[in-house]
Amino acid sequence: MADFAGAFLQSLGLIFGGDAELWAIVAISLKVSLTAVAFACLIGMPIGAWIAVGRFRGRRGLIVAVNALMGLPPVVVGLVVYLMLSNSGPLGVLQLLYTPSAMILAQFILVTPIVAALTRQVVETLNDEYADQLRSLGVSRLRSVPALLWDGRFALTTAVLAGFGRAIAEVGAVMIVGGNINHVTRVMTTTIALETSKGNLSLALALGTILILMAFTVNAAVALLDSASRRVIHV
Amino acid sequence: MFDRGISSGFQSDETAACSGDAALLSVSGLVFEIAGKTLLQIQSLDIPAGGTTVIMGPNGAGKSLLLRLMHGLLPASQGSIRMTGKPLTAALCRRQAMVFQSPVILRRSVRANVEFALAANGVPWRSRRKRALEVLSATGLGNKAKQAARSLSGGEQQKLAVVRALATEPEILFLDEPTSNLDPASVLAIERLLRAASAAGTKVVLVTHDLGQARRLGDEVLFLHRGQVVEQTPMKRFVDAPVSTEAAAYVSGELLV
Amino acid sequence: MSNLKCRRAPLLGAAAFFAVVSPVFALDSFIVVQSTTSTQNSGLLDSILPGFTAETEIEVRIVAVGTGQAIKNAQNGDGDVLLVHAKAAEEAFVAKGWGVERHDVMYNDFVIVGPPADPAGIAGMSDAVAALRKIADANAIYASRGDDSGTHKAELRLWAEAGVDLAAASGGWYRETGSGMGATLNAGIGMGAYILTDRATWISFGNKADHQISVEEDPKLFNQYGVILVNPEKHPNVNADAGQIFIDWLTGNAGQAAIADYKIDGQQLFFPNAR
Repeated sequence: MADFAGAFLQSLGLIFGGDAELWAIVAISLKVSLTAVAFACLIGMPIGAWIAVGRFRGRRGLIVAVNALMGLPPVVVGLVVYLMLSNSGPLGVLQLLYTPSAMILAQFILVTPIVAALTRQVVETLNDEYADQLRSLGVSRLRSVPALLWDGRFALTTAVLAGFGRAIAEVGAVMIVGGNINHVTRVMTTTIALETSKGNLSLALALGTILILMAFTVNAAVALLDSASRRVIHV
Repeated sequence: MFDRGISSGFQSDETAACSGDAALLSVSGLVFEIAGKTLLQIQSLDIPAGGTTVIMGPNGAGKSLLLRLMHGLLPASQGSIRMTGKPLTAALCRRQAMVFQSPVILRRSVRANVEFALAANGVPWRSRRKRALEVLSATGLGNKAKQAARSLSGGEQQKLAVVRALATEPEILFLDEPTSNLDPASVLAIERLLRAASAAGTKVVLVTHDLGQARRLGDEVLFLHRGQVVEQTPMKRFVDAPVSTEAAAYVSGELLV
Repeated sequence: MSNLKCRRAPLLGAAAFFAVVSPVFALDSFIVVQSTTSTQNSGLLDSILPGFTAETEIEVRIVAVGTGQAIKNAQNGDGDVLLVHAKAAEEAFVAKGWGVERHDVMYNDFVIVGPPADPAGIAGMSDAVAALRKIADANAIYASRGDDSGTHKAELRLWAEAGVDLAAASGGWYRETGSGMGATLNAGIGMGAYILTDRATWISFGNKADHQISVEEDPKLFNQYGVILVNPEKHPNVNADAGQIFIDWLTGNAGQAAIADYKIDGQQLFFPNAR
């Protein structure tokens, strides 16, 4: 059975041993997940903010739907994206299957509802405070979205990190649409799955430790940036 | 869907208001009700251009409601509100400004707060920073321009809210109990700003519970009780000899509910 | 604050998205091979492919899934070459026109591994069908792939010959994991089960615990691998030229020698037998 202390030591050895293969996999993981999260924010934040400030028929239902989509099963998303991108599928001509772009697309679909739902909450709270003042200044609901997003920026980092956590830890979707191709679409989670299936449990656990450290690093970096910018803006 | 929501009730009664009137704001046949309950009912009301109009009355009289209706933040159930003879529109509302009881300060620097108001008012971005700095230095906030606005004291935040509202040079400035929670020094600073604004030609419409403040700033008083205007008189007369029994009771210090 | 920005953001976002996700590779530089977990998990492909790529400058991208899924993916045109081990299904694939031609590549064999306690008493047997019957009679726990893979198909053929009613036993002593070979070995070893596995995966498997080979060297445990070029007439995107070069190499002298040379702990895992 795998020995946790041993696995941890092995992960440290992998990190500090300068294993080029490992760093390449880490780089692909980060590239895919960070890109997916960036697009998810670009799309999800305005959508979430729009739901927060908008007054339209079906708004309640839309909120319930977006909240529910936070729990999209990665395997199902992977399957749907596979069927779309397959050469027999409607988007086959794009030739994206088994590329990092396909993985970005799948993770984008998984992460966008999370970003949108959390943004909706943040912006709705902020809008309760701001709405009268913004209307008074002559800023319409729709046009207040950028201002609300900007003023909610510190609270919104949580939405970004929640999305990143989902993307970097997800295996079901990227396995199907990426194909776990060595040096091309192999990321941390699919490597862990592969090593587990090879029976290399302690290596798999060591890689898992590195994945957790990656998540810590990204969160710590965001926390540092956050406190640095708060110091400048003094909020 | 994203409009200011003022178009519905205001233009229904075209015949009631006489355009060409000297009144800056004229209200006629105004009714505001929620769930069948009438909260405000004003048959006819003219607010003259120039000077400071103070709106007084006990809690629940409809003072804030009237401000919001005149500023286009709420749609009236019936009746019309006109500004310089024309039905209130989003464009006309942009020539007004409002300061709320607790200031809504954006999570940005002091200067950016003013710049935001200028941007919303259509000031091109090239001249925004310069104008914001001018306005801030003229009001003694120049040295705090780069500071985070939310790190200011409560009094300074309200002062900033007034400066921000005045930055767009509105024709009418509404204030809803702007100094009710402030220390005397801050009250003084804000009253100075309001007096200067009024002198510069901005119509000030101020809701306050502070009779002293009303006397210091007001040219005329609008007294509301239970959703109706019971008195509109010049300041001096209001203090010395109010017409209505309600206003008399209020001025004499009785508890009016 | 720019008002235009907020209205155009979704459009700009979509444009930027497709700019990033659009393909940036030259199509001739690589082929996608739909293959099975056994060829990847055993390390065979990692061992022989660098030589091929060095020789031809064609990169080989392996998608390792069960044989059933590999065939389905290839049928969808999501691969240029199919390298699997389920001869009947492969021949059907070619017969239906999805593949061009099937070539034998290599073989290895299946073994039945079991716990040291050997509750069914089959250790040392070389008759797989009889061994399975004993497992069923003893109600000894048996872990099956249950995933329509080549190994699963081979397993089902043997159970059918043994005349065991799996439907009745499923969920009792007969347990389908529905996953790959490695995952099934992990699960089966964890529950002290008998498991049918290909020898290559078993030799290279890192989590054997106390499990040992119980049954081997039955001709019925023979496991033939075949390679097929996906039919470019069905899927015009198939990189037929590069795929054919790969197949020629794999079934030619260089590829066959590379397969024979791949050993773990001195044991040869695959035996080339292309004609």
